[in-house]
Amino acid sequence: MVGSIVAIGMGLAVIGAGLGIGWIGAKAMESIARQPEAVGDIRSNMILMAAFIEGAALIAILLAFLVAGV
Amino acid sequence: MRKIIIFNFLFVFLICSQSAVFAQDHGHEGHDHSTHENHDHSTDDHSTHSATADSHDVHGAEAHGDSHHGHSEVICGVEVDHSFEVGKTAMHHIGDANVYSIGPLQLPLPVIAYSNDGGLDIFSTSKFKADLLGHGDGHAAYNGYVLHEGSLKRVAPGQNFPNGEVKIAGFVPKEEIDAKGKKKEVMYVCDFNELYKIENKSTADAGLFGGGITSFYDFSPTKNVVSMILVTLFLGFVFRRVAKSYKTREGKEPKGLQSFMETFVVFIRDEVAKPFLGNKWEKYFSLLLAIFFFILGLNLFGQIPFFGGSNVTGNLAVTMVLAIIAFLVTNISGNGHYWRHLLAAPGVPWFVKPILIPVEIMGIFIKPLTLMLRLFANITAGHIVLVVFVSLIFIFGDSGQNVGGALGASVGSTLLTLFMMAIELIVALVQAFVFTILTASYIGAATEEVEHH
Repeated sequence: MVGSIVAIGMGLAVIGAGLGIGWIGAKAMESIARQPEAVGDIRSNMILMAAFIEGAALIAILLAFLVAGV
Repeated sequence: MRKIIIFNFLFVFLICSQSAVFAQDHGHEGHDHSTHENHDHSTDDHSTHSATADSHDVHGAEAHGDSHHGHSEVICGVEVDHSFEVGKTAMHHIGDANVYSIGPLQLPLPVIAYSNDGGLDIFSTSKFKADLLGHGDGHAAYNGYVLHEGSLKRVAPGQNFPNGEVKIAGFVPKEEIDAKGKKKEVMYVCDFNELYKIENKSTADAGLFGGGITSFYDFSPTKNVVSMILVTLFLGFVFRRVAKSYKTREGKEPKGLQSFMETFVVFIRDEVAKPFLGNKWEKYFSLLLAIFFFILGLNLFGQIPFFGGSNVTGNLAVTMVLAIIAFLVTNISGNGHYWRHLLAAPGVPWFVKPILIPVEIMGIFIKPLTLMLRLFANITAGHIVLVVFVSLIFIFGDSGQNVGGALGASVGSTLLTLFMMAIELIVALVQAFVFTILTASYIGAATEEVEHH
């Protein structure tokens, strides 16, 4: 029972992170199309922002692991 | 030049600190009890013994050395099921081991183990008489230590297990209910007469990942430590050569290996160090480069097939030490401005402060925590996916009974694995870069000089 709820929670966390990273990617592509000369700055900032969102999802997944493990 | 020498020292420092933590880490390997609850269904597997024997060539074509045969055997009167389980195999492959596997070969490594009742033991894993082409199960016990699935375990104290070399028949898993009322898999070793309970090595996870303090501590150079030393030696060699060519070719254009490495160094300088650290970039540059090349080297080393397949950067202990280094550097170099904004939050309404300040203080610890988890999760996930794709051969081949299925699946599995490895090459670069850029941004935020408003 706990395992199933944990699985749902992990799925939700991944959906959230996926939406966030997808949004960042879309906006970054748009910005690069508008200003191709800023591609370097946009790319590194895109990766940085994606990493922050990933961090939030990772905390959720870690908590899910802990709940499932205990 | 001086900076490159500093790298070498930093790498050695990283290694030393890691190998100390390694000994305690084994946690994430032993906690997948829920995945194999169906242990007692093995009676109908007897007839398959002969079928597996003549499909060995299919197993031989497989990338990993350990072939899991779909048969059971009787050890100490208990029927042990050896049929293939994907979850277990994946966990075994991402974990650390006390043998180094090159292709199907299992090379012995030294063991340095300490137990409260037995004292310090130093010997080689060749004492366990494991098959050179097997999958890491020892055929002998030495001073109460045994080798099970490549990792060192010990007969729990108080069972009158003889010291010295003892021949053993095999390992028997049993499901038991522990003190908390939870199902747990406990391993037993059979010395041809009796079953003895064996324990995993001590881990520092306080039971969070199914580990905990047991009767012995393992300080041996495991597969991951050996991989780390190999990568460090390689990086040291590369950087010494590059440093030398900067000396001999002063004023000339870079050449060969030198220009290859310069691309990375200039990239880190222009994309990471200078934008985030401002005019103090030179002070932290060697640290950033050390982190970048250490992670990149180990990520790529773990992707080499048939050569250890070590999952070093996918090990929580390693990423934890790297994150702790980032944490210490950030907070030690943090200036007054950083601490004032963290602890006093000037310019924030008073009723927000009780919420904001605890959140900011939590943030100090959450930053390295996510740094640790991100690298661990990305690299481990990549390794698990690779193992699962290779496992498709066994799933479709029905543990060696369906040769046609295995042949068909091996074609698909090879293509999927190749595709995944191509993605993993990108992930290896991106994760090394992300770790570096985040470390730089944390240090940059802590050392920023701001005029007061």
